Amino acid sequence: MIKNDTARFAVARPDFAAIAAWIPNGATVLDLGCGDGSLLRYLKETRAVRGYGVEISDLNVLSCIANGVNVIQNDLESGLADFESNSFDYVMLSQTLQATRHTEPLIQEMLRVGREGIVSFPNFGYWKNRVNVLLGNMPVSRELPYQWYDTPNVHLCTLNDFEEFCRDHHVAVLERRVMTGEHEVKVLPNLLGSTAVYRFQRGI
Amino acid sequence: MLPSYELVYETYGTLNADKSNAILICHALSGHHHVAGYYADDLKNIGWWNNMVGPGKPIDTDRFFVIGLNNLGGCHGSTGPSSLNPETGQPYGASFPVITVEDWVASQARLADRLGIHQFAAVIGGSLGGMQALQWSLSYPDRVRHVFAIAAAPRLTAQNIAFNDVARNAILTDPDFHGGNYYQHNVVPTRGLRLARMLGHITYLSDNAMADKFGRDLHTGQLNYGYEIEFAIESYLRYQGDKFASYFDANTYLLMTKALDYFDPAQDSGGDLNPVFARAKASFLVISFSTDWRFSPQRSREIVRPLLHNRRTVSYAEITSTHGHDSFLMQDPYYLDVMRTYLDKVARECGQ
Repeated sequence: MIKNDTARFAVARPDFAAIAAWIPNGATVLDLGCGDGSLLRYLKETRAVRGYGVEISDLNVLSCIANGVNVIQNDLESGLADFESNSFDYVMLSQTLQATRHTEPLIQEMLRVGREGIVSFPNFGYWKNRVNVLLGNMPVSRELPYQWYDTPNVHLCTLNDFEEFCRDHHVAVLERRVMTGEHEVKVLPNLLGSTAVYRFQRGI
Repeated sequence: MLPSYELVYETYGTLNADKSNAILICHALSGHHHVAGYYADDLKNIGWWNNMVGPGKPIDTDRFFVIGLNNLGGCHGSTGPSSLNPETGQPYGASFPVITVEDWVASQARLADRLGIHQFAAVIGGSLGGMQALQWSLSYPDRVRHVFAIAAAPRLTAQNIAFNDVARNAILTDPDFHGGNYYQHNVVPTRGLRLARMLGHITYLSDNAMADKFGRDLHTGQLNYGYEIEFAIESYLRYQGDKFASYFDANTYLLMTKALDYFDPAQDSGGDLNPVFARAKASFLVISFSTDWRFSPQRSREIVRPLLHNRRTVSYAEITSTHGHDSFLMQDPYYLDVMRTYLDKVARECGQ
């Protein structure tokens, strides 16, 4: 039996708090790669959202069920065919973007299914990461806790990279929040921020 | 029309004071009311879902009041084609009416009335049983809180109907079938029934599961270049067919497979399940198995989609299992964990 009182820890993930701040009460949300369901549970308890998670790992599906959140076991990489167009207010991808293989079509799928998309990801341009690479090693940190040989992260990017991607793919960024730990970073975010959260919609 | 009918059922556990902890188990094609445990005078007769239902098991009879019944038209004690028609004193045989999943659910609701249960904590079923569980949410939206549709489908595909039709043809063309009135001739269409079961059994297993269990193993250790049993799989299938034909009623087999074929909640909505599930109020747990090709994960996701459309409370788990359709009766640890974790919440909701 999985016993997980994870909602308490939601606030400990700074990107969760940033995401929650953007979600109005009663919104419908789809959380892609929802992990143990703690973000959904947090949003359910604090924002009364109607939410569903998509998760591939057996262990995480069990945790979601224990957390009392709706979870659909599926591989994100095979698309979001089970979800109708424009059926959610928000489609979220929290700390998963960098681990997706078909990243570009997935972002397009997010904006097919949702009115707005929200992603959070580790900023590879964070100065500590740059120093690591400059000194000759791949960075290993709280945000990037893997060794080069066991990392699931195949599409790491910087804030600049992501924003260029959005410009090139008709994705309009609505809001951005950059953080290091719990502190918001306003100055030189691509250098000083370790994590970024973006809210976006279909651009023209 | 039947003038009257009897349903045989078993219960396990204790109904709580506010009668909120009842779970109904719906059986599949060959199942019955003996879901769990064994009898004091028949220790070997173990219930068909004993690994799932019992004290401390995922469907925990220490916390839930569990009901298993034999469906109307069955051959394990409930009124069926082999029962005597009180008006003629003869077995119903071919005159027994066609039964649908909706009929079963209606008869199950009458049983619930009789037991004083207004609302089930959960209705749980695998395969054809999963269809009944789904139908509960449509026929009686206020009478079920959680619906478990395991290895099920919202309707059969052409291929699935085709398998059922071949099985039925095996029975219908058996010279001992006598148009369904074989009881009066004191014979049983054994050949047809065993062929039907052999075919069905193949579709319940996966290619890999069969390969692992039998491979090309030889029954007698050598090839004889004849038409007798040579491969182990042949021996196994014939054994399963003979065993089944020795106790199962051919008319019940026909009736059950027809109920499967007819089931289609979207029949009146042009095949669109979205408006159909708008009236469902239950929470749903949908479970499929990766190697199930009779009721594949794709079919289970067809159940999930209209529930998402209607923003129903639904979770879906796809179990990686080697046992094909039969996986729903097996003991895959993840499958049992999903059931246990979900049912733990159901039990706490009703204060158990």
